[in-house]
Amino acid sequence: MKNNRFARLALIPYALWIVIFVVAPLVLIAYNSFLDIEGHFTFANYGKLLSPVYMKMMFNSFFYSLIVTAVSLLVGYPVAYFISRTKHKGLWLILLILPSWINLLLKTYAFLGILGTAGPINAFLEVIGVGGQQLLFNDFSFVLVSTYIFIPFMILPVYNAIEKINPSLIYASRDLGASNWKTFQRVIFPLTTDGIMSGFQLVFIPTLSLFMITRLIAGNRVITLGTAIEQHFLVTQDWGMGAAIAVVLILVMAIVMFATRKIIK
Amino acid sequence: MKSLVRAFIAIVTISIALLFGISYLNAAEGYSGDNTLTIFNWGDYIDPELITQFEEETGIKVIYQTFDSNEAMMTKIEQGGTTFDIAVPSDYTIAKMIDEDLILPIDYSQIEGIENIDERFLDLSFDPDNKYSIPYFWGTVGIVYNPDLLDGKELTSWNDLWDESLRNQIFLADGAREVVGMALNSLGFSLNSTDPAELAAASGKLQSLMPNVKAILGDEIKMLLANEEAAVGLVWSGDAAEIMYENEALTYVIPEEGTNLWSDNLVIPKTAKNIDAAYAFINFMLRPDVAAQNADYVGYSTPNAAAIELMDPEVTEDERFYPPAEITDTLEYYDNIGKANLATYNDIFLEFKMSGQ
Repeated sequence: MKNNRFARLALIPYALWIVIFVVAPLVLIAYNSFLDIEGHFTFANYGKLLSPVYMKMMFNSFFYSLIVTAVSLLVGYPVAYFISRTKHKGLWLILLILPSWINLLLKTYAFLGILGTAGPINAFLEVIGVGGQQLLFNDFSFVLVSTYIFIPFMILPVYNAIEKINPSLIYASRDLGASNWKTFQRVIFPLTTDGIMSGFQLVFIPTLSLFMITRLIAGNRVITLGTAIEQHFLVTQDWGMGAAIAVVLILVMAIVMFATRKIIK
Repeated sequence: MKSLVRAFIAIVTISIALLFGISYLNAAEGYSGDNTLTIFNWGDYIDPELITQFEEETGIKVIYQTFDSNEAMMTKIEQGGTTFDIAVPSDYTIAKMIDEDLILPIDYSQIEGIENIDERFLDLSFDPDNKYSIPYFWGTVGIVYNPDLLDGKELTSWNDLWDESLRNQIFLADGAREVVGMALNSLGFSLNSTDPAELAAASGKLQSLMPNVKAILGDEIKMLLANEEAAVGLVWSGDAAEIMYENEALTYVIPEEGTNLWSDNLVIPKTAKNIDAAYAFINFMLRPDVAAQNADYVGYSTPNAAAIELMDPEVTEDERFYPPAEITDTLEYYDNIGKANLATYNDIFLEFKMSGQ
């Protein structure tokens, strides 16, 4: 009994934290989304979200997020598999995590140099005779840099899932005559789906709300919902519209979380 | 449990030690309570040596913070919790800040050197009689371009930007007023237009520019233009000066259809804590020698006529950056067009950006 009370008391700071820094801001965002620029109550912000410009933006955001997630998975899965089969796992994992110790903005700026017309990639293309290409300010550069930034969040959960597989299951599969590929297809892959799902959540959701990279690397040729929120809060000062987009984004994220969780169970 | 308590105590001890360390360092450098001046300015918009000189002359310690847009600066001051003694908003933002009661009137009995300022930059529509603001720098919005990358082609007007030879060659600054204003000017309308028909025409014209636009960028536009990532840029004159300093192949032109003339001004926000220091700083910046040195460093045009006397004539006679009154008289300041109209500008700009996707 006494123990129980202590547990409840111990929960108070955390509960306060959640209320002040999680619940209250969400309520404020929802509240703001019903205000127009003059501060009057309105549903117009949500109406505006249905206009072609915002529908296109939403469609674009999902499209690019899905591509970034898919590329992360295609590249990340084999990497995770490879790391789980190597001797120096610790070393490989450190190499993977190391870039995340460097400030995001610096890494993004570095890509401006790497992909620029006078950058090393274009120099290489010139040398092999392909000729200079415009690598910056298009879909390609956006997907490349976003994937580069988020791919560790795909690799790590998948790696953990592979590591968790009981080796005897793999031995059993081999003993029963399954080839390497069959073993992968029927045993390893199904057992890593929850890793893939959490990787999906960790990559897809932040990509949806990316900004900055859309300007620096894609030169505003790619505009995501995150860019629109940033613009509305800091530049156009239409907080209501920014908040409305944020509410929609939160709902979408909740749906994604729910959908991906359902598959795991 | 024991190790948890130990870890907790360790964190608290280290935090307290760090806190003492910071206050010790601050005290050692002379930063204490009423002896500081907090300046809120654009990035890279003052010669850092002048801050040191000001500190040495007055014994006041300067805390320098930067912002990258008028709106972000105003939001910060509006929300309170800040103690900026000096801020440097642009013309139309000053009008907004006066409206919203965010800045203090200037007490001219405490100002020395206002007579140094060129009359062209005093008593303007955004702040009649300069009740609230003191001019700091001014400039235009225009086209910076690299003739070498355009086979020696010369650009003189906004309409030149629509030329087919500029496919995928233009960088635009990421500003709704600048970009929509350019489209309005190119059609011969005022860049403060609120007429729906004119704005619709500008929107249409703007979208037809998209094939020529390579990217819409923030501050990185300077580096990228200097690196010849594109041949043409819509930029502020001071940015152009900086780009041309980095890469001499580029030149700047004030488009013949007219463009925006702007000025950034020193103001004292309502939240100021050290008003005496703020006046000391304003008077310091009004001094011809200081203004000249600052203009030399920053590269923007100084409104300080007495300072111009002290500067290299090659700089101050360059009509690209010091256009004579005949030209500046034809250019327009941004009016405070109100929230609803501003929202229309922003919508046009967003639609323009989306049309490229």
